[in-house]
Amino acid sequence: MKKIDLNIPEVAVREIRLGSITEFHGNAETLVKNSCRGKMCDKGRSFSQCLDCSISKATCMVALIQDAAVICHGPVGCASCLHEFAFTYRVNAPLRNVANPTQRRIFSTNISEKDTVYGGTEKLAAAIRQVHNRTQANVIFVLSTCATGIIGDDIESVVNDAEAELSIPIVAIFCEGFRSTVWTSGFDAGYHGIARKLIKPAQEHKKDMINVINFWGSDIFSEWLAVLGAKPNYITPYSTVEILSHSSEAIATIQACQTLGSYLGAALEQEFGVTEIKTPPPYGIAQTDRWFRELGKLLGKEKEVEQLIAEKKAVYLPKIEQLRTKLRGKTAYVTAGAAHGHALLSVLRELGLRVIGAAIFHHDPIYDSNTEVSDGLAQSIRDYGDVPNYDVCDKQEFELVNMLNHLHPDVLLARHGGMTLWGAKFGIPSLLIGDEHFSMGYEGIVKYGERLIEVMENDEFVKNLAQHSINPYTKWWLKQSPYKFLKGGEGCQR
Amino acid sequence: MSKIIEQERYTCAIGAMQSVVAIPKALPILHSGPGCGMMVRGFFERSTGYAGGSTVPCTNFSEQEVVFGGIDKLRLNIENSYKVLESALQVVFTGCTAGIVGDDVESLAKEFRAIGKPLVTVETTGFKCNNFVAHSEVVNAIIDQYVQLFIKDNSIRSEKNAVNLFASIPYQDQFWKENLRTYKYLLENLGFKVHILFGPESGGVTEWQQIPRANFNILVSPWYGQEIVEHLEAVYGQPFFKFPHLPIGANETEKFLHGVLDFAKHLEIAIDYDNAAGFIKHESAAYYEEVDNLATFLLEFRYGLPNHVHIIHDAGYVVGLSKFLLHETGIVPKEQFIVDNTPEKFQQAIKEDLKTTSNKKNISLTFEPDAGKVQDIIRGISHQGRGLIIGSGWDKQLAKEKKYDFLSASVPSPYRLVLTTGYVGFHGGLRIMEDIFNSVLSTYK
Repeated sequence: MKKIDLNIPEVAVREIRLGSITEFHGNAETLVKNSCRGKMCDKGRSFSQCLDCSISKATCMVALIQDAAVICHGPVGCASCLHEFAFTYRVNAPLRNVANPTQRRIFSTNISEKDTVYGGTEKLAAAIRQVHNRTQANVIFVLSTCATGIIGDDIESVVNDAEAELSIPIVAIFCEGFRSTVWTSGFDAGYHGIARKLIKPAQEHKKDMINVINFWGSDIFSEWLAVLGAKPNYITPYSTVEILSHSSEAIATIQACQTLGSYLGAALEQEFGVTEIKTPPPYGIAQTDRWFRELGKLLGKEKEVEQLIAEKKAVYLPKIEQLRTKLRGKTAYVTAGAAHGHALLSVLRELGLRVIGAAIFHHDPIYDSNTEVSDGLAQSIRDYGDVPNYDVCDKQEFELVNMLNHLHPDVLLARHGGMTLWGAKFGIPSLLIGDEHFSMGYEGIVKYGERLIEVMENDEFVKNLAQHSINPYTKWWLKQSPYKFLKGGEGCQR
Repeated sequence: MSKIIEQERYTCAIGAMQSVVAIPKALPILHSGPGCGMMVRGFFERSTGYAGGSTVPCTNFSEQEVVFGGIDKLRLNIENSYKVLESALQVVFTGCTAGIVGDDVESLAKEFRAIGKPLVTVETTGFKCNNFVAHSEVVNAIIDQYVQLFIKDNSIRSEKNAVNLFASIPYQDQFWKENLRTYKYLLENLGFKVHILFGPESGGVTEWQQIPRANFNILVSPWYGQEIVEHLEAVYGQPFFKFPHLPIGANETEKFLHGVLDFAKHLEIAIDYDNAAGFIKHESAAYYEEVDNLATFLLEFRYGLPNHVHIIHDAGYVVGLSKFLLHETGIVPKEQFIVDNTPEKFQQAIKEDLKTTSNKKNISLTFEPDAGKVQDIIRGISHQGRGLIIGSGWDKQLAKEKKYDFLSASVPSPYRLVLTTGYVGFHGGLRIMEDIFNSVLSTYK
């Protein structure tokens, strides 16, 4: 099966497309080896806690497009956390020079029991017209939900009819929660819709334009790319329909996180001829070297890149060495999404910390670029060695709690909300950094190291919290193996 | 037919899992898609409680369960929930997926009940109703499936001065904790024993078991929760006293408390009525001492104070705040908007209640759950003077556009933290004044 096919409405979920898994325990090296053999599968857990939903992942990539409106086709509850992105949009707007961030337009078709019996397509068609009238958006995205997916509403037909009637792109995004245990499938679903209906074929590729697939982090790329005579084109948050349509004109695409950008990066290359920088993002010294060099080669700016690397290293390497003297030997535990988690493993070990375990939300044996070069975990192992207690665990708090209780690291690094709490409850200094660009590059290692020291030195709050914290987990559970409820055991074979 | 909604101010039925999160040491268990719990957590924010948020067990429906059903997975998950998590009460919520595929959760619950585990189940498919409605269904399910098991030790209406109170919906009313604490404090000082049922002042499951003992019930709500007190009237013969809006400030709090006392008198409940009246007088005097102090500011502050308000909230707040703001701060309620999807049968009574706010003014009232549409209406309205908008985080932008003052007082609430702030009672009224006028003063840099 072709991984990227923009002719069909729906992109396959990651389990099917990439062979992704959400359960594994062992060491990182074993996982990488098994991944290469394509022998991974999930057997299930006999106890599980709330996961996350593809809807919110798809939404964050489409609702933050400046001139978009979003309709969540389902019960009112399926849109209820999306207000968070309206907040994000307002708060981070200055980072992208959006002076007057407008209100995000997020609707629910609010289907009722009757609609689940007779179908909700008429209601959806009416909703699209209303939203068009009310918002004058340049694009309307329609998200599917579990309920409308199971009852079989033909959303694709409705949006195509509406598109013909209203003459703006109307994009169906198939992101029902039950379809995938890997919620990042939602990113792919959002990007698939964007690539199908918004990105236009390019007449020419501009040497000074580089797509950056990211969330809403700070603008570090302008400075870096300026040295190479290029500018970043951030996609898709804070972009516009017009800008997206021209994203095919870029000379290259770089990514802040391959878990996020795998599909869009590959689609831009395979369908629109924009070269994807395939080496993992620049986290850690060695990988930053590689990343800059690959970029320099592509742009024909090898000399400039070597000069940039040399200048930056002269400034930052001594600082990194200083930080290492303070951090060397401290133990860390990481819980994060896949690619960013791998990045943190590199940055932490670059700073001399010992990573004694990780709970990474899922694992993609390969990305859509279909090359092992992109494997950030394999690269991190090559650069810094193996990682023990490497779990693939989709935010199963009970496993994390058990693990932290057993390992008691000096510091906990988390990337998703809700996870730092448990470090703090055990008195472990815990850090979540929302800005995905924060620890990138040589300077990022310094910033991250300084932040780590600050968090570890100022542990009074977590120590106090630990003495008074409420713990609903039973004493029995805390004494068990964290994998007690994992059916397949270590690195299960198909 | 239900209409589309922009900027929803409530969530779907499964959001009523928060009512279980609010009972000390109770555990919600979801038989639902993987995202339901996250949606609820994201809507309410900072709402984990004892075992909510990421702790909530969930079957996380996948294709497999959609095709073959998820009962076996649920059985395992419940069994292991008992092992992994310490909990005093377990309530299973079913989402859209389980509802559509038709999993027989009730039969499964019987298996657990047969081995002495009193599991409660409640159908909360998201397309059925919103969380305002589902809250009542959750409470009634706990009464029927759990409380009833303890009826032998809790004779019906055996405690003459005990009452069950149903008011704020936990988390949907972001001030629920302090509001409930306030009701309890006020009613205890009148001489009642109060089953408050939710939050830190509740006695947890033991208090729930004692629900039948209460002599009567109190409902502070225009409509949500009414099904609970009607149900209790049907099963335990407990009559109920209904106060149809939030008692905010002195006028309405006095009215509320005297109303409860009159109701108790009719039931010939032996409490010290003189003492109770004395308490109300004392609280009221303390309240007016503050208002007296503040009046000069309200009358003389020459740099601008809001003179009119639009409220976008649930029915209890819209009516309660309108009455309070007009009579006790002088801010005039203009067009008001109820966004809780009030069932039609209650709308007339709510309009009448709002009408009694003033015999000189006709306050325009619109029932419209589509809050995006409400914002568009407000964009088209203009009045003389400085305006105030009381609503959710969504309305910050609207207030900015209109150059109005803004008070965030409803969910979703990304721009405001609420810990133990409450808005009902005497103190609640004073607190609202602080919040409104502090936000006004903070505009002067």
